Amino acid sequence: MSTPAINTHAILAIYKFEMSRTLRTIWQSIVSPVISTSLYFVVFGAAIGSRITEIEGVAYGAFIVPGLIMLMLLTQSTMNASFGIYFPRFTGTIYELLSAPVSSFEIACGYVGAAATKSVILGLIILATSWLFVPMQIAHPFWMLGFLVLTAITFSLFGFIIGIWADGFEQLQIIPLLILTPLTFLGGTFYSTHVLPPFWQTVTLFNPVVYLVSGFRWAFFEIADVSPWVSLGMTLFFLSVCLVTIWWIFRTGYRLKK
Amino acid sequence: MPSIISINGLSKTYASGFQALKTINLDIQRGEIFALLGPNGAGKTTLIGVICGIVNPSAGTVTVDGHDIVTDYRAARSLIGLVPQELTTDAFETVWDTVSFSRGLFGKPKNPAHIEKILRDLSLWDKKDNKIMTLSGGMKRRVLIAKALSHEPTVLFLDEPTAGVDVELRKDMWQVVRDLRASGVTIILTTHYIEEAEDMADRIGVISKGEIILVENKVELMRKLGKKQLTLHLQKPLDAVPAELAVHNLALADAGNELVFTYDTAAERTGVTALLSDLARLNIRFRDLQTTQSSLEDIFIGLVTDRPAASAGAAP
Repeated sequence: MSTPAINTHAILAIYKFEMSRTLRTIWQSIVSPVISTSLYFVVFGAAIGSRITEIEGVAYGAFIVPGLIMLMLLTQSTMNASFGIYFPRFTGTIYELLSAPVSSFEIACGYVGAAATKSVILGLIILATSWLFVPMQIAHPFWMLGFLVLTAITFSLFGFIIGIWADGFEQLQIIPLLILTPLTFLGGTFYSTHVLPPFWQTVTLFNPVVYLVSGFRWAFFEIADVSPWVSLGMTLFFLSVCLVTIWWIFRTGYRLKK
Repeated sequence: MPSIISINGLSKTYASGFQALKTINLDIQRGEIFALLGPNGAGKTTLIGVICGIVNPSAGTVTVDGHDIVTDYRAARSLIGLVPQELTTDAFETVWDTVSFSRGLFGKPKNPAHIEKILRDLSLWDKKDNKIMTLSGGMKRRVLIAKALSHEPTVLFLDEPTAGVDVELRKDMWQVVRDLRASGVTIILTTHYIEEAEDMADRIGVISKGEIILVENKVELMRKLGKKQLTLHLQKPLDAVPAELAVHNLALADAGNELVFTYDTAAERTGVTALLSDLARLNIRFRDLQTTQSSLEDIFIGLVTDRPAASAGAAP
């Protein structure tokens, strides 16, 4: 092949396109998640936190911070990436992407990279917001950033898959609403799974969100439901599953090509 | 001349079982304007879709300048620009951004001077900072053309480029197409406006029900199939063509008030002089006369409605 092995111009073009979409919709992209997170703080942190003083030695207000960030990270990554690829399919502009000399890897890099970037920025903004409510220290900042970035990428990939699978705006909404939110709420976002009866503790181990929240919380306070290494392993496992699915989608042209 | 696009045994059957293309073999020559004509649903857009990578072929191969569109898709696709039939554009992007985006997508480094030239050529320059959603349909069409040209393609596909476009834009657009052709770009267009194909194309291909039923040099095609008719409006109606005129290819029309003479413009002798002197000899007078030549449209309709080609253009 005379052409370069990687079309970096294309990756950058898609990335820039998606990031400018974020800037155009800054209000709904950044501001509304920050507002809803603040509401969670007011309701859970102030109202409930005044009765539950602390969990495993951490003030309740601080305890829910990693969970809240994860909740936003999962929902926003999924929604953003799914919308990013669904919209061209809906309007028909996908023709250009399909006719361009870009590989599936490059397309995914552009869309998922932009969605993940936005989620990471959002996560950090929520973290900064939470400092206004509760003072806290991060025990392992690099692990924290690592989990933040990996989770953002994984769920942006997941969203990308949803965006390709979805046949309408309804399906686009249904996954975050019906699957992601329950999994997050039941995944130890606002509580430690240790408070559950033994049977339900075992059940929650089938919930992938438990591993993400647990690892992330460990990075903050060194308290966890499972070992941070297990969390990391599971995160990488979900990442690989999403990567393989995307590879298959592009190889077969599933829902993309006629 | 070596062909720039070579299509061999290409077929496409959709998941629904509909066979849109049946074993297409076609070569597009470097630097030509090739017009692909065919009724709705004949397979024009599917054929373009396969070459451009939007539709997966069921069988067969396509190469673009020697690069296979599947195994060497990067090289093949970077040579192609596509203007789709539908007005599919972004809404919130500016004209400048969307055209620059296309250039990047096709792997080319930034080149503001080139983008500016395209926008000026397409009279889009004063709209460069406008959001696409604020543009009229004709302007959006120009944006699609600008996007397709942003990466300096060697081959340009125009799928129904003039559908729903006003006269001025059509004129502008054909000027751009002529300039591109002069610079060595190969152009493949589909159109419903047959006079455009007649005007622009070097070669014509006719596709019907998923098959290429004819590929011919335009001039050759017009000459071969182009029949001319001379209609004489008679002073007194005739009941039948007189036996003395049987040697001429004549028919009566309009209840015997018109005598229609069909002849071949390419023949050495058209027979017009002989006919007129025979008529004078028989004292058959006429009030008026007119001649009509079959257009590409007549030829085309003749082909796709399965009429024998020889009778194309015989209808009044």
